[in-house]
Amino acid sequence: MTFDQILFYCLAAIAIISALMVITRRNPVHSAMFLITTLFSVAGIYLQLHAEFLAAVQVIVYVGGIMVLFLFVIMLVNLEVVSTERRFNKQWIIALIASAVLLVEFGYVIVRGGKSSLLPPVTGPAQDLTRKNSEQIGLMLYQNYMLPFEIASLLLLVAIIGAVILAKRRLASDK
Amino acid sequence: MVPLNYFLILAAILFCLGVIGFVMKRNLITMFMSIELMLNSVNLTFVAFSRHINVLSGQIFVFFVMVIAAAEAAVGLAIIVAFYRNRESLNVDEVDRMKL
Repeated sequence: MTFDQILFYCLAAIAIISALMVITRRNPVHSAMFLITTLFSVAGIYLQLHAEFLAAVQVIVYVGGIMVLFLFVIMLVNLEVVSTERRFNKQWIIALIASAVLLVEFGYVIVRGGKSSLLPPVTGPAQDLTRKNSEQIGLMLYQNYMLPFEIASLLLLVAIIGAVILAKRRLASDK
Repeated sequence: MVPLNYFLILAAILFCLGVIGFVMKRNLITMFMSIELMLNSVNLTFVAFSRHINVLSGQIFVFFVMVIAAAEAAVGLAIIVAFYRNRESLNVDEVDRMKL
């Protein structure tokens, strides 16, 4: 077993175990902490796949932005209300069936896809491992994907305005 | 060098865990976290294929998925806060009216 594989198995094991913890813990703060561990190990796997820029963005945006937002909201609401949930409820049969169907489907695709080479040849800028990953992504983002980039910025603006309006406390004078 | 299949299997397992969490949990915030888990597993598939066929576009798509995830988290959590303010609860079974 090479070092690459050992690293992959470690990261994958951490990701799966903490994902299991996310969905079995009753306290949402614990779930959030374990989700952060999952996100970190996925960032490690990105590094292994030579996607250094995405690994950094994953840590900055997901862990530093989204998860902190989650923790803010958890602390904004009353924790005693939140943590009185039962761990298993009636829905677990449906959950099991849904995930079993999905797993069989994924397994079928992966097993069948491994033997065939039906993937059509894709044309596009290839990743040049001798150059910096973020440099190449930046060039592509501002050359080939300029319009989607601008639309994404507009979408974020809409999301900011929407979030402010939704979470705004209604004033007494409004009524 | 780790084969492509390993990454796909890992992503499949993470996605299924996300589905189980989403269906089984009754707490709005934990359900939201399961959605983030599923988004992450799809991102992992994108990056693995991008590396496998050596085309950089997959990584750009992951970047945009992250933008969408950030926007979704901002709006979704604002809705959760507004819901909690009106009902004093986070149980998804009580979300039965669009009107706050």
